[in-house]
Amino acid sequence: MKLSLGNVLFFWPKDTLLDFYQHAKTSIADTIYIGESVCSKRRELNLNQWLELGHDLSQCGKQVVLSSLALLEAKSELAVLKKVCDNGDFLVETNDFGAVELLSSKNIPFVAGAALNVYNQHDLNYLYKKGMQRWVAPVELSKDWLMKTVEGCQELNIHKKFEIEVFGYGHLPLAYAARCFTARSEDRPKDQCNLCCINYPQGRDINSQEDETLFVMNGIQTLSGKAQNLINDLPHMQDLVDVVRINPNSVESLTWLTLFKQNMQGNAPLSTAGYCNGYWHKISGMALVG
Amino acid sequence: MELLAPAGSLAALKAAVDEGANAVYLGFKDDTNARHFAGLNFNERQLNQGVQYAHNKNAHVHVAINTFAHPDRAQVWFDSVKHAHDIGADVLIASNIAVLEYAATHYPNLELHLSVQASATNAAAINFFKPFGIKRVVLPRVLSYQQVANLKKDTELDLEVFAYGSLCIMAEGRCYLSSYMTGESPNTVGACSPAKYVRWSETEQGLESRLNDVLIDRFNDDEKAGYPTLCKGRFEVDGNLSHALEEPTSLNTLELLPELYKLGICSLKIEGRQRSPAYTRQVTRVWRQAIDAVMKDADGFKTQDSWNKQLALLSEGSQTTLGAYARSWQ
Repeated sequence: MKLSLGNVLFFWPKDTLLDFYQHAKTSIADTIYIGESVCSKRRELNLNQWLELGHDLSQCGKQVVLSSLALLEAKSELAVLKKVCDNGDFLVETNDFGAVELLSSKNIPFVAGAALNVYNQHDLNYLYKKGMQRWVAPVELSKDWLMKTVEGCQELNIHKKFEIEVFGYGHLPLAYAARCFTARSEDRPKDQCNLCCINYPQGRDINSQEDETLFVMNGIQTLSGKAQNLINDLPHMQDLVDVVRINPNSVESLTWLTLFKQNMQGNAPLSTAGYCNGYWHKISGMALVG
Repeated sequence: MELLAPAGSLAALKAAVDEGANAVYLGFKDDTNARHFAGLNFNERQLNQGVQYAHNKNAHVHVAINTFAHPDRAQVWFDSVKHAHDIGADVLIASNIAVLEYAATHYPNLELHLSVQASATNAAAINFFKPFGIKRVVLPRVLSYQQVANLKKDTELDLEVFAYGSLCIMAEGRCYLSSYMTGESPNTVGACSPAKYVRWSETEQGLESRLNDVLIDRFNDDEKAGYPTLCKGRFEVDGNLSHALEEPTSLNTLELLPELYKLGICSLKIEGRQRSPAYTRQVTRVWRQAIDAVMKDADGFKTQDSWNKQLALLSEGSQTTLGAYARSWQ
């Protein structure tokens, strides 16, 4: 199994991002996803700067994938998406079917991102024929669901024709909205948001009235309140999953790449108290099994 | 401009048709339907009756098979498509590639509408689904009015928009809040904040609503307690208690009606298959009057106070909003 580093979902200042990727460069990640997938107003790095960073990471032996915006509403966002898809150098993680359309119409291979609704072997067969090289499973799918999907892929003779990636560590992207919750939490309209997400480098917690963190607001995105941690589930992923993703919320998250690597065969399990892994075990996502 | 009304039951279907809906939308009693709620929806006999009733009064029936096929049970979704076709449905509303591909291949004459659950918000995404022979796209409730207008110019497919009803604040088909809390989501089982996980309890601090044991809201005696839809709960952000995601409110686009009409939006969808036949009857009646008025004289159209009053009474939290159509809401 390979390890990947997810693109940064939060809005970090340019220097923080560049510093983060200096560390990521020397990490053991096989694949590094870069780019902006949450909000088109977040432009601490522009596309050229992302591409420059991509080349730098690529020279260090990393597979670089550009993650595309998940929710496209304005024409200007579609124009940027076209540029991302036409970058010419890096594979694109498609987080909207619009990106799949732009790439497949030019016969450019792609990664099907977790924000696409792909739930079964028939969907995968259709996307495989369109050029899908890797499928990042929707975060709500269980091990059981993946196994049944793989069985279906075997029947359609497309098993192992593309890679399967799952979110192994980090806060899970649960929803996208027109509304910017972070701006609203500061009583600002979205159009005058002052890019206030930059003040919340790990998002803003949404707690119940009993002080349980339920969700994390990250602009127009809602993340899981708990970080998912599948480190102790890794031994059960063999032959099912090709790539496990670590989603960073700080430079410290990079440590999990190493910890995951050490426990691939189950030799270095860790306590996961405070995390969740319920989705993998076919129960509520926020639950923890084991 | 079509008035498309919700039919969660045969009684609701009849009410909608009687009040002048041009079409109704409905689903089967199973998890192929994104409104898979206990006590709702249609079995085969009811569907037969419903289609006949609607067709006798020149109304169309749209069947929503708009969840995502499970890998080990995809045949259930395919059989539902066959079922909808055989029973004489006029339209299939679908979102899943597997379902769309099956319908396009096996029943090319069955009119296909792209469900809101497909989350197609831009021209490129619409183009992705076009090869299935989609005739109409149901737009997610995330676009501003101007964005809807722009999209109308960029696609030749018909556009249907939500006009009234409970408001999903997240992009439809892209919200897992419910499964995060309960294990069940709209995409996988066709339910959001499922009733079997809801628990109410009177406590010293007030009436508490819980979803799978998580406290969603707490109500004083003078507050009207709403269903614990988890995005409409009262939560704390840095110590501030508020409806952090959205207040209990309903979408109401009456004041946008002339603009939507002039734009060439082909259909206005009323949300509410989970509501009573009485709701369907009253909402359909108001919107029939409003659409008739706008079609008669779009420039002279005026929203009548009585319409807004009636709609507010039927709304969640007794308040309405223009939702994402208005930038200020976003």
